[in-house]
Amino acid sequence: MKTLILRTASNYMLPLLLVFSVFILLRGHYLPGGGFVGGLIAAIAFVLHAFANGLENTKGLLRIRPGVLMPIGLGLAFLSGLAPVLAVDEPFMTGLWWPDHVPVVGNLGSALFFDIGVYLVVIGVTLTIIFSISESD
Amino acid sequence: MEVLLAIMIGVLYAAGIYLMLRRSLVKLIIGVILLGNGANLLIFLLGRITKGSPPIIPEESSTFLEAYTDPLPQALILTAIVISFGLQAFAIILVKRVFKVVKTNDIDEMNTTDAGS
Amino acid sequence: MMQQLVMYPLLFQLFLSIGLIFLWKKISWQKWISAVGSVINLGISVWLFIHIWENGTQGIQAGNWEAPFGITFVADALSASLVLLTSIAGLAVSVFSAGSLMSARLKFGFYPVFHFLLLGLCGAFLTGDIFNLYVWFEIIIICSFVLLTLGGEKAQLEGAMKYFTLNFLASVVFLTAIAVLYGLTGSLNMADLAVKVAEIENRSLVQVNALLFLVGFGIKAAVFPLFFWLPASYHTPPSAVSAIFGGLLTKVGVYALIRVFTLIFEVDPFIQNVILGIAFLTLFSGAVGALVQNNVMKVFSYLVISHIGYMIAGLGMMTEVALTGAIFYLFHDIVVKTNLFMVSGIIHRVKGTSDMKKLGGFYGKYPLLSLLFAIPLFSLVGIPPLSGFWPKLSLISAGFDLENYWIIAGILLASFLTLIVIVKLWAAVFWKTGEKLPEQRNFPYFDNLKNFQKTQLIAPIVFLSFVTLYIGFGAENIHSLSVRISEELLNKQMYIDAVFNKS
Repeated sequence: MKTLILRTASNYMLPLLLVFSVFILLRGHYLPGGGFVGGLIAAIAFVLHAFANGLENTKGLLRIRPGVLMPIGLGLAFLSGLAPVLAVDEPFMTGLWWPDHVPVVGNLGSALFFDIGVYLVVIGVTLTIIFSISESD
Repeated sequence: MEVLLAIMIGVLYAAGIYLMLRRSLVKLIIGVILLGNGANLLIFLLGRITKGSPPIIPEESSTFLEAYTDPLPQALILTAIVISFGLQAFAIILVKRVFKVVKTNDIDEMNTTDAGS
Repeated sequence: MMQQLVMYPLLFQLFLSIGLIFLWKKISWQKWISAVGSVINLGISVWLFIHIWENGTQGIQAGNWEAPFGITFVADALSASLVLLTSIAGLAVSVFSAGSLMSARLKFGFYPVFHFLLLGLCGAFLTGDIFNLYVWFEIIIICSFVLLTLGGEKAQLEGAMKYFTLNFLASVVFLTAIAVLYGLTGSLNMADLAVKVAEIENRSLVQVNALLFLVGFGIKAAVFPLFFWLPASYHTPPSAVSAIFGGLLTKVGVYALIRVFTLIFEVDPFIQNVILGIAFLTLFSGAVGALVQNNVMKVFSYLVISHIGYMIAGLGMMTEVALTGAIFYLFHDIVVKTNLFMVSGIIHRVKGTSDMKKLGGFYGKYPLLSLLFAIPLFSLVGIPPLSGFWPKLSLISAGFDLENYWIIAGILLASFLTLIVIVKLWAAVFWKTGEKLPEQRNFPYFDNLKNFQKTQLIAPIVFLSFVTLYIGFGAENIHSLSVRISEELLNKQMYIDAVFNKS
C-alpha cells in the first residue's frame, strides 16, 4: 500500500498521534483516557507509519526493538506498586500522592507512574505482535 | 434494550460455539473471538444498564448526587478484553505456525497426538 | 509489616520474572538467578506458612480499598500450604530445566515465562476475589501456552491447538459464571459472596450458576467428560514443562473447585451426586486410559486425570473426614506428579524414546537410580508407609460414614488399576531386557552428559522424593494440617472475618 497520499499523511500523523497519546495518558486519572488507551494510540501511530512506508522504515525510526519496552514498562509499574510497601508500609498498589500541585500534569502520584508503565507495555506488546505477524510472511 | 442485548448475546454464543465445532482452523479462531465478545456483553448486561448517568462526581461536590451507573462491569469488561486481545493474538500466530508445520487447515487431520501408544 | 507477608510470594515472583526479562539473552545467568530466586521464594513461602499456622487466616486489601470493593488477598492454611508446595515444585523444576532443556528453547524466554507461571499459580491460591481469580487463571494459561509451544515441533503445535481451544472455552464458561454471579449479587469478593449467595431466593438460578463454575473449573481440572485436552497435549512438551503442568496446573482447577464449593455455594444433594458421579467416572476412565497406553509420558498423563478423581470424590462427600482426605491427596499428588514427569524425562534421555515396548534394562544399568525412581512410583500407588496410602484411608472411611459404597468401589478400583499400570511400567522399563536401539545423532543421551548436568537432573528428583517420603512417614503432621484445613473450609466464618476485620 504505497500511495503518495497515505505516505505523506502518515508522516504528519505520526508525531501528532504520539503527542495525542501522551495527552490521553496524562488526562487519564480523572477523565476518560489512561495508559492502555494512550499506548494503543501510540502503537497505532507506528502501525500506520509501517503500512505507508514499509516495516523496515518504521523499525529504523524506532531504533529499539519494541520488545524492550515491555520489561521497562513492567518494571516501572511494579515499582510504582511496590513504593507504598517499601516507603510507608501500606499494602501493594496503595496510591501515594505528592502533596503539591504540579503544573500541566495535575496531582502527581504513584498511579501516574503505573499508567506510564502500562503505556510502555501496551506499545511494546502491540508492536511486537503486529510486527511479528506481518514479518513472517 | 435488555431484550435486544440478550438476544444478541445468545446469537454470539451460538455462533461462537457453532464455529468452534467446524473443522477449519480459521473458523475456530473466529468462533473463539465471538464467544469472548458474547461473555463480555453478558457482563455488561448483567451489571444493569442505566442510561445517561455516568459514575463521575461533579467538581463542586464530594459525593454522588443521584443514582449512577455501576462502573465495575466496565472495568471487568476492559480487563477481559485486554486478556482476550492477548490470547487471540497468540492464537492467530499459533494457527499460522500450525498451518505452516502441519500443512493443513483441517482440525480432523491433526490427530498424531491422540493416536494410541 | 507482618500483614504484608501475604503478598510477598507474589511480589517476589513478579520481581524475579521482570528481572529475568531484562536478562533475556544471558541464559547462564538466568539459570542461576532462577535457581537462587526459587530458593529465596521457598524461604518466603515457609515464612508465610509458619506465620499462618501460628496466627490463623490473614487477609490484606490491595491498594488499601475497603473489603468488598477492592481486591482482597487471603492466606488461610490451604492457600499457604499450596503456595509452599508451588515453591517446592518450582524449585525442583527450575533446577531440572537448567539441566534438561536445550538452549534453543531457553533462548525464547523459558525462565521469565516459567516464573510468570509460578506467579499466576501463587496468585490463584492467594486471591480472595473471584474476578481476580479469573485474571490469575488467564495468566496461568497464557504462560502455559508459551511453555507448551516453545520449540515449535509438529506434535507440540497440534497439542497446543487442542489445549488452547478447550482452555479458552473453560475461561469463557468461567467468565459467564462470574457474570451471572455478579448479576445475582452485585459483588465479586468471595467472602462477601459467601454471605450474599446464601440469601438469594431464586435457588435454581444459583444452582445453574454453580454448575457453570463446575464446568469451567472442571475443564481446567480435567475431570471426566472434559479431560480430552490433557492426554493430547501433556506428553508433547519437554519433560520439565510437563512436570510443572502435571504437578500444578490441574490442581489449580481442583483448588478453585474446593474453594468455590466450600465457600460460596452450598453443596445440595443434586450437585453432590453430580460431583460424585464425575469423580467415579474420572477415577475409572483415567485409570483405564493409563492401562492401554505404551508411552511413559502418556501413561502419567492419564494417571494425572485418574487421580484428580480422588480429590473430586473428597469434595463431593463434603464431610470433614472426606475433605481431609482430598486435601492430603492434593498435597501428595502435587509432589509426586511433578516428580514422575521428571523421572519420565530421565527415562526418555537414557534411550531416546518413551515407548515402553522399546525401553528396558534400566534396573540392570542404573540400580541406584531405579531405587530412587521407585519412591515416587510406589508412592503414587499408595503402598502403605508411602504417601499415597494415608489420604485414601481417609477417603474410604468417609465413604463408609456416608454409606456410599459406589465411591469406595471407585477409589479401590482406581488404586488397583494404578497398581497394575505401575507394575506393568516397572516390568517394561526397569526389568525387561530392552531392545538395542540405533543411536540418534545429536540426541543428548544421559550417559554422555557431564557430571554437573547429571546432578542437575537427579538432584530435584532426590529432593522431591525426600518430600514424598516425609509426607509418607510424617503423615501424622500432614494429617493434622489437613484436618485443620478442612475445619477451616467447613467453617466459613473464619475466612469471612479475616477479610472484613481489618486488624
